[in-house]
Amino acid sequence: MCAVRGLTKTYPAVRGRRGTPATPEVRATDDVRLDIRRGEIFGLLGPNGAGKTTLVRQMTGLMRPDSGSVEILGHDIVRHPERAARILAYLGQESTALDDLTVSLAAETTARLRGLDVRAARRERDAVLDELGLTPIAGRPLRKLSGGQRRLACFAAVLVGERPLLVLDEPTTGMDPVARRAVWASVDRRRAERGTTVLLVTHNVIEAETVLDRVAVIDQGRVIACDTPTGLKEQVADEVRVELVWRERAPLDVPEVAALRERAVESGRRWTLRLAPDEARAVVATVTGGAAFAALDDFTLATPSLEDVYLALGGAARQGLVRA
Amino acid sequence: MSVVPAEVLPGSTRAVTQTVPRAAAELAPRARLWPSLVAVYRAQLSRARVARIPLLFVATFQSVGILIMMRGVVDGGREAEAVVAGSAVLVVAFVALNLLAQYFGQLRSSGGLDHYATLPVPPAAVVLGAAGAYASFTVPGTLVTAVFGCVLFGLPLTHLWILAAVIPLAGAALSGLGAAFGLLAPRPELATVLGQLGMSAALLLGVLPPDRMPEAVRFARDLLPSTYGVEAFARTFRASPDWAFVLADLAVCAGVGVVSLAVATWAYRRAAVR
Repeated sequence: MCAVRGLTKTYPAVRGRRGTPATPEVRATDDVRLDIRRGEIFGLLGPNGAGKTTLVRQMTGLMRPDSGSVEILGHDIVRHPERAARILAYLGQESTALDDLTVSLAAETTARLRGLDVRAARRERDAVLDELGLTPIAGRPLRKLSGGQRRLACFAAVLVGERPLLVLDEPTTGMDPVARRAVWASVDRRRAERGTTVLLVTHNVIEAETVLDRVAVIDQGRVIACDTPTGLKEQVADEVRVELVWRERAPLDVPEVAALRERAVESGRRWTLRLAPDEARAVVATVTGGAAFAALDDFTLATPSLEDVYLALGGAARQGLVRA
Repeated sequence: MSVVPAEVLPGSTRAVTQTVPRAAAELAPRARLWPSLVAVYRAQLSRARVARIPLLFVATFQSVGILIMMRGVVDGGREAEAVVAGSAVLVVAFVALNLLAQYFGQLRSSGGLDHYATLPVPPAAVVLGAAGAYASFTVPGTLVTAVFGCVLFGLPLTHLWILAAVIPLAGAALSGLGAAFGLLAPRPELATVLGQLGMSAALLLGVLPPDRMPEAVRFARDLLPSTYGVEAFARTFRASPDWAFVLADLAVCAGVGVVSLAVATWAYRRAAVR
């Protein structure tokens, strides 16, 4: 239902002026190709600065790409960006336009601006506020709500006036588990009833693993992988993550532990190692026996998460690690 | 592990890309100009309840303070008419020009325009709705200033109903200018400065009687959108006002209002789309 081909966007270099250094040219989106199927929850996963928001802004017609095409439900969004507003609903990272309004007025105004008449707008507003459990705070201005409640109110504004595609840029930032569950329950309901598609931008790996049907991993403007979460994890299936937390300091007098030190990523008392399964088994055997065990506070053995996938695919390329 | 393009990796993107061209899906309807303008207007008015009321008091106090200050300088006649008319319209300039410039400047810099850009609402509705709401905020303050001024300077209250025409028309002209400042200024601080400058111009060029101003300043005064509203209002204080001239001034004000709102709509379109 959504096809992106060869999308490219480069921010031009900025000449240095007195007080501000020059910034080089940045390839924000580098020849991106994506296909989103109807009714799926498609994710864009990547670190801060990878170009996820830039990519999404080009797909919603807010930014004009340098080259490439975006086609949503048969409409060419690059040539007709105003049509994007009639096919999709966008939840950005900012909420400033709605900040001074009450929750109920924000939802109602957005519904009316989506083309609903007053009565239909009020009906949908009540239904959505009820669904998300916002009715108790419907009369409070968004500015006076906590971060998570404000995000939930903005999400309510996205749901009113149904659209076949929802584009959500980090929708559950700051939300507590109850609110988060309400968000995904409402998305699932719309998926089941109307085949609503969702494009989700996130850097929350745990949410990505539980919620997404397919995910595209973005790094420095390029899509470095695109598959279901399970499929991606299979690509790094030959690795296992071992985390060791020492009580005070690592027992470097034990030779095996000292040998591990180069391969570990240290952060305080925590060591993180990514090893082949046999090596992992050997390491666990070492630390759980003898002198090392006395110095050990906690250890974890885990199958690769999407974070490991990202590091294996993108991190390896950047640091130039060679794996046999 | 080598980094290989996603399509080549086995097992990835299992979807078979469709080669049959799909018919374009039906688009949801666009929001029509008038209903969306009313929706934006209502939303902006409700913002007043949250934050704007203290600022309204400031606008009124500023003008009342100017009236009191000028009372010591001006005794009556043509000059008193100019002072009262100028101070009343200054309230409109404070809110519709200054505050609206700040609002749009801040909205633009914080990315709030994206919210409206992803809604099928005509740009004119957003600008006109906000401009109309800010112009409406000024009504109580302007009325209070006008009545206070008339009482203070001993001017007749009989023709104050002309404010029903002056406020909307001067409000349209000034809010269009304020919106344009806010949307065109590259930084929100510049938008604030431009708004303040505009209001100061309305203050100095509108309140001070024009008779003794140098030619260049009088020319600048003619360029200011609020001047025509001030002139129309000032004329109604005379015993038998020349209605033809009043109407002419109001017509020019209306024309300037249309132009200024058109410029503001163009500025919004320019700011919202990249």
